[in-house]
Amino acid sequence: MGLLKGLKDSISRATDRLFSEQEPKRIGIYGPPNAGKTTLANRIARDWTGDAIGTESHIPHETRRARRKEGVEIERNGKSVTIDIVDTPGVTTKVDYEEFTGEMEEDDAIRRSREATEGVAEAMHWLREDVDGVIYVLDSAEDPITQVNTMLIGIIESRDLPVLIFANKIDLDDASVKRIEDAFPQHKTVPLSAKEGDNMDEVYENIAEYFG
Amino acid sequence: MPKATNADDGDGPESPDGVQIDLISGERMEGMASMEKIRMILDGVHDGNIVILEEGLSPDEESRLIEVTMAEISPDEFNGIEIETYPKSSTGNSSILGRIMGNNESTKKLTVIGPANQIETLHKDETLISALVSRN
Repeated sequence: MGLLKGLKDSISRATDRLFSEQEPKRIGIYGPPNAGKTTLANRIARDWTGDAIGTESHIPHETRRARRKEGVEIERNGKSVTIDIVDTPGVTTKVDYEEFTGEMEEDDAIRRSREATEGVAEAMHWLREDVDGVIYVLDSAEDPITQVNTMLIGIIESRDLPVLIFANKIDLDDASVKRIEDAFPQHKTVPLSAKEGDNMDEVYENIAEYFG
Repeated sequence: MPKATNADDGDGPESPDGVQIDLISGERMEGMASMEKIRMILDGVHDGNIVILEEGLSPDEESRLIEVTMAEISPDEFNGIEIETYPKSSTGNSSILGRIMGNNESTKKLTVIGPANQIETLHKDETLISALVSRN
């Protein structure tokens, strides 16, 4: 009996695997420093799991390590997707510790800049090796045509990764979603305010539709 | 005894009164491995030079350039790089045609790279890059 039950369980597990949802997709949250990536990651994680991912700050490079929140199941309009959210450090080509000395002691600023450079390198490595899709977060109040944005979108496209562009901070007075749509017309742009929770329904619809 | 080069005597190539610009042809880059290109660029930038690539880097090489640059940043010595290329055309026509024809997006785009503390982008659009270069 035990052998028969074991065989039955084994077949059942294999069948479940065959017909179950696919493995969770690793979705990297990318973008320049201070675009609101961690605020968005926390908003998504809190809405669907109740937990946050990381600390938010107005000082650039608060996130200096890629952080993953596993098994976040998002459902909207009958579609669902299970994702691992990977919150990554803001990507840049330069880090000057003196940018932080107004906010902290010099030793802390130097340590922060060192960790920031390691974090950016780590984010690039994840992008090349370990993500299945990308949410690219931009600050709607800033000019989107920067070298970092141009390069990163190019890198994402060259790897054929699905990408959604999130135009964040639409609660700011000088926000312009159209400026972002015009800069990257080849990709879907979704407006939102992760901080205020504005337009999150459309955010989740797009995540479930696009990555599901 | 060889005579030591003095910055003020103006008889050597090491005069600091100016910014060296290296214009590197696509032909020169063609036979190089990715890391050779990145090393050549960063060695030039560490020396305070402005490096202009006729045909730019591939997206993968750009990704590795960022990674290696980050590893070499050092407080008070090297803050990283400023890099500029033209953004992709927003019309999208050539891209769609290219995809129909089975061609990938061309990576051949003029690229300017310099030390972050010496080069500042003043303006950039699809057809123009305007930058200010200082002697540091």
